[in-house]
Amino acid sequence: MENSKNESRDLFPGALEMMILESLRRQPAHGYALVQHIQQRSNNLLQVEEGSLYPALQRLLKGKLVKAEWTVSPSTNRRVRVYQITKNGLLHLEREISSFDRMLEGIQMVLGPQKRNATS
Amino acid sequence: MSWFERIFRRRRLYDELSEEIREHIEEKIEQIMRLENLSRPEARRAALRAFGNVTLLEERSRGVWQWSTLESILADLKLTLRRLRRAPGFAATVLLTLAIGIGANTAVFSVINSVLLKPLPYPDSNRLIALRLDAPGAGGLASFTSGLAVSPSMYLTFAEHNRTFQSIGLWSPSTANITGVEQPEWVQADRVSDGVLQTLEVPPLLGRWFSAEDQDPHGSKTAMLSYGYWQRRFGGDRSVIGRAIQVDAQTRTIVGVMPRGFRMVDQDFDLLVPLALDRSQLKLAPFCCNGIGRLKPGVPLDQANADIARLLPLWMDSWSNGPGTNPHWYEKWKIAPNFTPLKRQVIGDVSNVLWVVMATIAVVMLIVCMNVANLLLVRAESRHQEISIRAALGAGRARIARELLLESVVLGLIGGVLGVGVAAAALRLLVSIGPANLPRLSEISLDARSVAFTFAISLFSGLLFGSLPTWKYAFRRRSTLLDGSVRTTSISRERHRARNVLVVTQVAMALVLLVCALLMVRTFAALHNVDPGFSDAPHIQTVSMWVPDQLISDSAMVTRTENDITDKLAGIPGVTSVGFAGAVPMDGNQPNWDGLYLKGKDYGATEPPIRFFNYISPGFFHAMGTRLVAGRDFTWNEIYSLRPTVIVSENLARESWGSAQAAIGKQVRELPSMPWQEVIGVAEDVHTLGLDEKAPATVYWPAMIGNPYNPQPAIMPSRFITFAIHTDRAGTASLQSEMQQAVSSVNASLPLASVQTMQEIYGKSLARTSFTLVMLGIAAAMALALGIIGIYGVISYAVSQRTREIGIRLALGARKNELRWMFVRPALVLTGVGVIIGLGAAAAVARLMRTLLFGISPLDPLSFVAVPLILVLAAALASFLPASRVATVNPVDALRVE
Repeated sequence: MENSKNESRDLFPGALEMMILESLRRQPAHGYALVQHIQQRSNNLLQVEEGSLYPALQRLLKGKLVKAEWTVSPSTNRRVRVYQITKNGLLHLEREISSFDRMLEGIQMVLGPQKRNATS
Repeated sequence: MSWFERIFRRRRLYDELSEEIREHIEEKIEQIMRLENLSRPEARRAALRAFGNVTLLEERSRGVWQWSTLESILADLKLTLRRLRRAPGFAATVLLTLAIGIGANTAVFSVINSVLLKPLPYPDSNRLIALRLDAPGAGGLASFTSGLAVSPSMYLTFAEHNRTFQSIGLWSPSTANITGVEQPEWVQADRVSDGVLQTLEVPPLLGRWFSAEDQDPHGSKTAMLSYGYWQRRFGGDRSVIGRAIQVDAQTRTIVGVMPRGFRMVDQDFDLLVPLALDRSQLKLAPFCCNGIGRLKPGVPLDQANADIARLLPLWMDSWSNGPGTNPHWYEKWKIAPNFTPLKRQVIGDVSNVLWVVMATIAVVMLIVCMNVANLLLVRAESRHQEISIRAALGAGRARIARELLLESVVLGLIGGVLGVGVAAAALRLLVSIGPANLPRLSEISLDARSVAFTFAISLFSGLLFGSLPTWKYAFRRRSTLLDGSVRTTSISRERHRARNVLVVTQVAMALVLLVCALLMVRTFAALHNVDPGFSDAPHIQTVSMWVPDQLISDSAMVTRTENDITDKLAGIPGVTSVGFAGAVPMDGNQPNWDGLYLKGKDYGATEPPIRFFNYISPGFFHAMGTRLVAGRDFTWNEIYSLRPTVIVSENLARESWGSAQAAIGKQVRELPSMPWQEVIGVAEDVHTLGLDEKAPATVYWPAMIGNPYNPQPAIMPSRFITFAIHTDRAGTASLQSEMQQAVSSVNASLPLASVQTMQEIYGKSLARTSFTLVMLGIAAAMALALGIIGIYGVISYAVSQRTREIGIRLALGARKNELRWMFVRPALVLTGVGVIIGLGAAAAVARLMRTLLFGISPLDPLSFVAVPLILVLAAALASFLPASRVATVNPVDALRVE
């Protein structure tokens, strides 16, 4: 758990927002569900700090990349604030993923073989 | 949601965020309870542990919206307002001081803004030019009338041949009698050429402008109405165009109505009538009219001056100088264009007065700031421990500085809001006491620029008086904040220095203002000591009358009518003497200036010097209380027989013949074509142009003389006259009614005009000096009061802070007088330093005021001795009162302090 927390802290800037947007692209969700969703999708490798989640959601709201509305959760019968990705959010997500892919490719090109040699 | 909306909806956003987090935690608690089988309290603790600091998280989330700084300032603002509410005495003192200071500054700025800064109320008014000429060879004619006015022939030459003006016009203030109504009415009827309204570019509300045909003396007679006269006389009837009106016994057709607020440059008027210009009759002179022009776009003033300079020889060659006169007369005058922006002409020399008043009030504002700074220092000293503790707990310097400055800025802004109210009231007062000849008086108002000025000085003064306590308490070394200095028995020199500097500066500034005020008082007194050349002004009633030639065309009959009216007026109960003249002293009417030939004097190729002329009736000097120092008055018999007689002023007699007595029997004439006229009397000098102007050398012609210009008519009566009626009933309504009856009994078509006493005329001539005096007096009184309060405050505070020390000294046997002196002495030293600095500054400022002074030197010894003495005495009293409190200190109680 400690390890995954560290990895969560080491996420590059904007990674949390990108994961939130990706989760919301699949389906609208409230804050608690987003935490659960990211953890499950990452096989518990990434654990979202709730302390980081809400500032990130506020940033996305401010940038009009998501919108939010209050509703009653049918499962818990609680009033929850459900976030939904906007058109701007979708475009932004695509740009971010594309940028992330290029960066990952570059990192792999630089580190990939040596890393394998060093570890083998 | 816009940024603006978000600010106002942020509370809802925060509430939603809190609720969302609360729900998040609840869901987490339920999951923990479900998965780990814990009780609710245990699950809650676990959930909160995992979630972290909720408050911190909420703050971080809110911080995303970047309102934290704003909210922190708002929180400080609330705290500041609460603190001020808890100190109502302090807040009220500061706010009252600021409201008066800012209000006074706003009021004076509003006057300056309306009079000096605002453009004239005409489209593109920066292209409007006043056509005035220099004529250094014309003697008093040019200098007394602010340059040479424009003659109709000049106007036609300039209008037809210039290359730089879009349009040129000529106008002259005048009056007219409106008849054909129940009571004849005297109105302001300005004469305007066809180019005037086109130059001003103000279209009529109804009808049309005048055209060149309207100014043809043989064409149809037309008139235009002002908005006010249209409302007053015709009830705003829009069908007024085409209707007839009797102006000076002549039928004129109304062709237009000017819009509301339109004024002829800076004058209210009732009617506009075309200036009749008969080209065949025009000569080079007279220089009678105001010329205005509108420059073509992009043409500079210099180019216009050069253009008109080119046309002056053409003007001299194109028009005759009249019969019997030297055709080269005007060449020696060296006439040259000296055009100025119309606004500068309108404002005249009043800007000196206004800027002096503004500077004065600004100095008062500085003194206000110093006083408030002093109060804030005392307040900050009383909060010393609180500030120290906050600093020790980690409050940054910037945070403490922000809080201190915020308090002063809030005080400044609230003071500004109150100041706008004070200014609105003060403006009413200023306009009511403002000199009637203050240009654009009717335009003075509190507008957006004045409010912006108020905001700026409120903010600036808040930062200014807040900077001293902020510097002392926010940026001083931390080590001194908690050094326990509040418990020291004597206040350190360093802690007193700032307040001492404030007191010294206040005293210096108060001295400057008091010296300026005293100089104006002395000027006022000097003006009052001037013998105006008439006496018993409160008991001289004046009233003007205009006899148009359409009403009485026979010239001799005009004078006979005026004589009859004089007799009727003399018959009113209580009237002791009556006479009339072309103008009474200081009434603003300057009838005539022309050359005067003395018999026996050889002028060679030169022209005689220009002299001031007035036409008077027998009895005028007696009614005015003007002494005849030699010879005698005119008689009606010699006037009707056109006997060539004349009376001259004493200064003219002395200058021409050595003494008043020597003048009797000498002969003079105005033009070579006139017969010589014998000097039969010499009158004392009269300050016709105002008390601060030298009495002009004057020639008094009889009320009717032979016409020197034209044999038809052979005699020339005075058609515009002002009666002087000496009576104890001057200024009463019953007298006015009886005067109207007296005039109507002679001719029912003659209305009375400009009914006022000589005392009112005399007062108006002093109005500008009185205005400056009142303004400086108010400023000086405020400065003195604030200075005294400043000294009182410093000594009072010192006494309260040194109570323990006083107790110890008393216990050790110090005498109370010695202790009192201990406090009075530093106050006197501070005052002395302020006086020395102030004397230097006052000498410099007084030199700048030179143009406002009369009869005294800017370095008037009395003013420069009396004011320091007053200040030292005031300071001694202001310090003695709080110092006397040492006598009430009980040594035992004092030692128990703290």
